[in-house]
Amino acid sequence: MSDALPTGPVPTGPVRVRVVLVDDHRLFRSGVRAELAASVDVVGEAETVGEAIDVVRRTMPDVVLLDVHMPDGGGLAVLVGIGPDLPATRFLAVSVSDAAEDVIAVVRAGARGYVTKNVSGDELADAVRRVAGGDAVFSPRLAGFVLDAFSASDVVVSDGELDLLTARERDVLRLIARGYAYKEVAKELFISVKTVETHVSSVLRKLQLSNRRELARWAVGKRLV
Amino acid sequence: MTSPAVTSPAAADPAAADPAVTSPAAADPAEAAHLLAAPAHRRLERGRPGRIVAGVATGLAGHLGVPVLWVRVTLVVLTLAGGSGALAYGAFWVVLPQAKADEGPGPERASRRQLAALSALAALGLLVLHVLGLDSPAVLPLAAAAVGVALVWRQSDDAQRARWRATATQVPERRWPAAAGAVLLAVGLAGFLASRGDLRAAREGLLSTVVVVGGLVLLGLPWVVRTLSDLRAERLERIRSHERAELAAQVHDSVLQTLALIQKAADDPREVGRLARSSERELRSWLYRRPTATQTFRGALEQAAAGVEEAHGVPVEVVVVGDAARDERLSALVSAAREAVVNAAKHSGAPVVQVYAEVEATQVTVFVRDRGRGFDPRAVPADRFGLAESVVGRVVRAGGEARVTSAPGEGTEVRLQVSRV
Repeated sequence: MSDALPTGPVPTGPVRVRVVLVDDHRLFRSGVRAELAASVDVVGEAETVGEAIDVVRRTMPDVVLLDVHMPDGGGLAVLVGIGPDLPATRFLAVSVSDAAEDVIAVVRAGARGYVTKNVSGDELADAVRRVAGGDAVFSPRLAGFVLDAFSASDVVVSDGELDLLTARERDVLRLIARGYAYKEVAKELFISVKTVETHVSSVLRKLQLSNRRELARWAVGKRLV
Repeated sequence: MTSPAVTSPAAADPAAADPAVTSPAAADPAEAAHLLAAPAHRRLERGRPGRIVAGVATGLAGHLGVPVLWVRVTLVVLTLAGGSGALAYGAFWVVLPQAKADEGPGPERASRRQLAALSALAALGLLVLHVLGLDSPAVLPLAAAAVGVALVWRQSDDAQRARWRATATQVPERRWPAAAGAVLLAVGLAGFLASRGDLRAAREGLLSTVVVVGGLVLLGLPWVVRTLSDLRAERLERIRSHERAELAAQVHDSVLQTLALIQKAADDPREVGRLARSSERELRSWLYRRPTATQTFRGALEQAAAGVEEAHGVPVEVVVVGDAARDERLSALVSAAREAVVNAAKHSGAPVVQVYAEVEATQVTVFVRDRGRGFDPRAVPADRFGLAESVVGRVVRAGGEARVTSAPGEGTEVRLQVSRV
């Protein structure tokens, strides 16, 4: 989603991010493995939900690249299966489509962002590094969806702060939806990249915890479950 | 479907008991219509917005094209003149299907209004009977029974609508009106029997009736249950095979065709990418049944972007927040945005064009952005005439604002905005 160069304290050099790939398509796994080989350590692969839970528990990677659509429940089932046991492991959802409704349930179950399968190798590596560093990765469409879901028209506020975006968060999301990379967002708003990351992480938290009707509606009843 | 705790067969499974819909061609008109997406035709159905009791009068009025008041007055007059109006109303209620697009003031309120209307009608009816001197012991119980039937039928309408709504706002189903209706019906009928003779004879008559009806129910029950479950299974199977056929047709038309074309164009990566994207878009809009209607701003913008993507082979990513009905100004905005996308696709050299639109209460804004080679807006070359005229000019003529931000090597962003008021 962004072609910005990694900025800030990103693990480089000897400390390489350890990644597990979860996808039921072998072809896709080997493609990603080749693309990421230069920048991360792929420590495991899995192609079913059960296998994924085993491999992730055994290898305790920094980042799990998690396919949204798999037989037996897909990425959601893996997240639910692992639960809160591995707080140091972050999940990055990978979906074949950029439809927000595809990933909203996975994000709400704990994934720290998502990318589509057609991102370039560099973008993917960048997203993995970001997620490993504890940040969130939003695609333009997910940003647009969040703006839509949190729009002010619905004033049924049940959970105060969690159900509303701050003006600044809104600004950041708008720019992401317009296709700006974090670095460009920072420049446009005269803030640091770190601050942009903080805003996006805060939006992610709201996305995961808010009880807004729109979010719940998207999360249930989709083909994901 | 779990069998609801009701006494009337009409309420147990309206789709099966409703004589209008038992023909095998359309066991459930709602599902069939959904599957086939048949063109809307003027069907005689009840329950359009504005219904008071069951929507019969509004439905008839809509079908005949006369004011609903006429229908209501006619029905009332016919009812007063011998009761045929009430009978006709009941018959239509049973025979006509409910209209599907019908949730006026929210299901909860509509249902309460309907109960109130029923009570008022019952009271009014009694009053009229009293005034006419017809409130004989034989008529009153019958009127009570009629109200009871109406209550039970109403419940079956509600159950059907609840099934249509299926998800999201699940209103907890209330069964007491139907139960009250059943009790009212029983009491009314018993009262009627009692009024015809002495109570003792009525009791004996009632007893023998209960015995006979009970025997019939025992005899027929297995058959009815089996028929119902057969009907349901058959319907499911038909839906399944229909879906399979539709899926096969869709896959054949889009995916297989595209794969064939891709094999032919294997040495042209640009063309392969274009084919793959257009097939993906088509398949996704079919899978998620996204309305690609161009009547809305969002639909129009997405379609315009897809058209440019198709024509110029550059992916166009569209993100829209909010939506609005399309009017002249928004159409101008869409055309201008389309031209801006064409410009970016043709001249910027960027691998992708990004479009972001936001519909707010007072204004609509569109951003078209590329990370291509950019240009110096002060030294606009001649071939950028398109940008000045067809993008900026269009929006300005529609009373909006346009701004082009660009610098050599830094890509271009076009911001278009029109107000909605």
